[in-house]
Amino acid sequence: MSISLQDLLAILPELIVIGAACLVLALDPILETAKKDVLAWLTLGALAMCIGVTSSQMTGRTYAFSNMVIIDAYAAFWKLLLYIVTGLTVLLSLAYLKAERLSIGEYYGFILLALAGMMVMVSGADLLTIYLGTELMSLSLYVMAGLKRTEARSLEASAKYFVLGAFSSGILLYGISLLYGLAGSTRLSAIAEAITMQGTSNPILSLALVLLAVGFGFKLAVVPFHMWTPDVYQGAPTSVTAFMAVASKAASFGAFLRVFVEGLGAASADWSVLFTIICLATLALGNLVAIVQTSIKRMLAYSSIAHAGYALIGVVVAGGHRGNGAGGGFASVLLYIAIYSFMTLGAFALIGMLRKEGQESENIEDYAGLAKREPLAAFFMLVFLVSLAGIPPTAGFIGKFYIFMAAVNGGMTWLAVVAVIFAAISAFYYLRIVMVMYMREPEGTVASQSRLETSPALSFVLACALAGVVLLGLFPNGLWSLATHAAPLLK
Amino acid sequence: MNHTTSFPWLTLIVFFPLLGAVLCFLVKAESSRWVALGVTVCTFLFSLPLWWLFDSSTAQMQFVEQASWISSPPVRYSLGMDGISFPLVLMTTFLMPFCVTVSWTAIEKRVPLFMSMLLVMETAMLGVFVALDFVLFYVFWEAMLIPMYLLIGVWGGPNRLYAAIKFFLYTLAGSVLLLVAILALYFQGGQTFDILELSRGTYGATLQMWLFLAFFAAFAVKVPMFPFHTWLPDAHVEAPTAGSVILASVLLKMGTYGFLRFTLPMLPDATVAFTKPMIALSIVAIIYGAYMALAQADIKKLIAYSSVSHMGFVTLGIFVLNIQGIEGAVMQMVNHGITTGGLFLCVGIIYERTHSRQIADNTGLAGPMPRYALFLMIFALSSLGLPGTNSFVGEFLVLAGTFVWSQFATALAALGVILAAAYILWLMQRVVFGTPAAAHRAHLLDLNARETATLVPLIVLVFVLGIFPNPLLSRMHASVTQLLNGQKAPAYATVSPPTPLVPPAHATMAAVQPTSSSEQAATR
Repeated sequence: MSISLQDLLAILPELIVIGAACLVLALDPILETAKKDVLAWLTLGALAMCIGVTSSQMTGRTYAFSNMVIIDAYAAFWKLLLYIVTGLTVLLSLAYLKAERLSIGEYYGFILLALAGMMVMVSGADLLTIYLGTELMSLSLYVMAGLKRTEARSLEASAKYFVLGAFSSGILLYGISLLYGLAGSTRLSAIAEAITMQGTSNPILSLALVLLAVGFGFKLAVVPFHMWTPDVYQGAPTSVTAFMAVASKAASFGAFLRVFVEGLGAASADWSVLFTIICLATLALGNLVAIVQTSIKRMLAYSSIAHAGYALIGVVVAGGHRGNGAGGGFASVLLYIAIYSFMTLGAFALIGMLRKEGQESENIEDYAGLAKREPLAAFFMLVFLVSLAGIPPTAGFIGKFYIFMAAVNGGMTWLAVVAVIFAAISAFYYLRIVMVMYMREPEGTVASQSRLETSPALSFVLACALAGVVLLGLFPNGLWSLATHAAPLLK
Repeated sequence: MNHTTSFPWLTLIVFFPLLGAVLCFLVKAESSRWVALGVTVCTFLFSLPLWWLFDSSTAQMQFVEQASWISSPPVRYSLGMDGISFPLVLMTTFLMPFCVTVSWTAIEKRVPLFMSMLLVMETAMLGVFVALDFVLFYVFWEAMLIPMYLLIGVWGGPNRLYAAIKFFLYTLAGSVLLLVAILALYFQGGQTFDILELSRGTYGATLQMWLFLAFFAAFAVKVPMFPFHTWLPDAHVEAPTAGSVILASVLLKMGTYGFLRFTLPMLPDATVAFTKPMIALSIVAIIYGAYMALAQADIKKLIAYSSVSHMGFVTLGIFVLNIQGIEGAVMQMVNHGITTGGLFLCVGIIYERTHSRQIADNTGLAGPMPRYALFLMIFALSSLGLPGTNSFVGEFLVLAGTFVWSQFATALAALGVILAAAYILWLMQRVVFGTPAAAHRAHLLDLNARETATLVPLIVLVFVLGIFPNPLLSRMHASVTQLLNGQKAPAYATVSPPTPLVPPAHATMAAVQPTSSSEQAATR
């Protein structure tokens, strides 16, 4: 098999990212400690180039490497989202790494490698390509979760993530091998053909569906495969948590939809039932358990589980409802995850930089009276939380609006009713933070109270996230047309 | 065809306060009071020309503005006003300056935030009344929750955290179902969110039932109708004075406005089917609210329960479905806004002096504070519906409308008026004419110029609307007539055999024939 120039051009963004990762790792030992910010700017430069290349790949559908990789609007949508959130993560890490004294070179290298894995995931046209991307992403994230080497919790997070992640990869691989047995190929298109020809009654297919759902369920952190999420999100360095909660979730949704629509679309009636159950369990558990958390990172972990549940509504609806409505369902998932990324990233950026006596302060109680000490930061947090709760005129409302719209359109009004009730419940725990920030008096001396450590880069990240949350709430037209253009079609 | 004007009056009125909200943070903390006062007064002045520009001969939307907002699905930025929203808009812009002046010295901490939250509230409330797109309406409807949550939670009384979250969750839980109903209507009503177009559509009986219940969840919590009223006493008591005024005068009206704007025109069959339970709940609210008010030792709580009772009159007037009833209901909405707003302002003024809202701590004010006592007395008499004051007009019309529907129901509702006289006069007896409590003697200074200026305009309005209600009534007449015309046709078509979905009639209503009552309602 020869590699043509066309193939290489198709994966140019991936090549740029991997090249940059190697460069960062090579430069790391050479550079003086004081100058290591250069690595961050290098990373950002690579991302800027990728944005340029991927923007030109928005139309058409190109296969590369003998149909192993696909370049289309769907992949481009996720990639652009991933570049943006990765870029913001890098910017917010600049100050965070210094404050936490974490080794710098490895960090940016792993971010870039994880990103490369995510990009392969969303543009894979073959189950093995997608699996490779998943592994590259996961392995990098395992290491990043344990970057706080001196802290037991961080190491525990890393170990737990690794064991459960490896386990889920095994299950995923098992599902893939069963599908290979059925179709004689791991190509998504070949699998789709085989299922259409053989019908969906084969029990092996059902088993493979379940195994794939479990494998992706771990990556998406949906109930009952969510156990690792709170511990890992809490233990990992906050900038890594932000990256995991946003980028890894987006890429997993990208690969998950690709596999289940393009590969297993013919069995959509079966899997949409399966995901209805998972979706309901995710909504219920995510929202209810978030209420009792005392750590804001754990609370946001459960909130991110719950948000995956809302996004799954779009998947369920589209799967159960072929034709025009299906497009609306998938597009609403794309839109929802994009909006979710901005508000979650904004919230984590603030959490990472809120310090109490030099330490990260993640107890909800540490936020007492923040509105008095840091009025602007408290206001930003207010907007992110209101958006997470889905209250207009923020972007969070628009995301939920399109999801519920797809549900009602697909004849699943009951699911929309369940989801809005859980949305009302979720307002309780988001508002608890608002209450602590605005209505509670801080305890102890001024010196012992939490403060926000600002830097120009952090302000920029917060401004971007806020702009995303507010502007997408007021003017959702552009993003929605992008999402409908990119959304996959169930044949 | 809509009446369009070239000048975007409504956009100006709705968004000018929002501009002020931003401005509050840009000036010195002390000056934010003046900014808020200036902005609210200007907003009122901007809305004043509408009184003359308003064409009372037509039921169509006026001052209409249309622009595209979200292209797919087609959500439009469309504003407009008819005879039902018009009085509420003017009432809102009229009351807001007094919310600022009453907070002038009462609010000491975080003044800019407080003032900007008041102004954000004004934008959201006005937006609710003029939105002609259902999603736009919902955005304003929900956007109001956060500023109100902060107003209660940051500047409220001792139990403010509980009251704030209770208010928030109650109203949010009610309104999220409205969102699903809006989406369901979109797909059933020809893929549009336009309120006027949706009102023209006809919907199946079962769908109407479900939509009615979803609308009811949102609006009944806001009104609040019995048994969803429990958030109200907590929120009223704990909120700062301006918050209580906003809550009582404007927020509660959104629920009844929702019934008039959405439930009646869009779901005529379900409205007829649910008439009896709605009227039963209204009468329960009237009597129960008044009865609870009798038992209160806290003045604010007493007024809060009297609000439940008075809002019961509004929902009663709406659901008897005749012209007197609905015009009376809209009148009563405005009147309750003015009178109860005035009462809350009075309580706030005395609270600033004695730091207590207990009746026992605020007795015998007629001696040390004669001017205050006079104003309080006028608002109180208006609240119990004394002829010559504004509330009399509304309550009389509602009762007249109810009389047509059922004499028995009227008798029960009138019981509420008697109870109102009892609790109000008893309150006055203690607060105005009792022996002054010795502890607070020194603080009982009479009204200063700012406080007098806050109350006098409301007093004037109490009498103007009480003696000359016609200018206001004539402006709503055309719209109310059209509302009932839309009601008539489907009411005849489907009501004759009661559908099994209708809950069993309330025991007290059993005597009334279902068909004859709706015929009466329709022929009025």
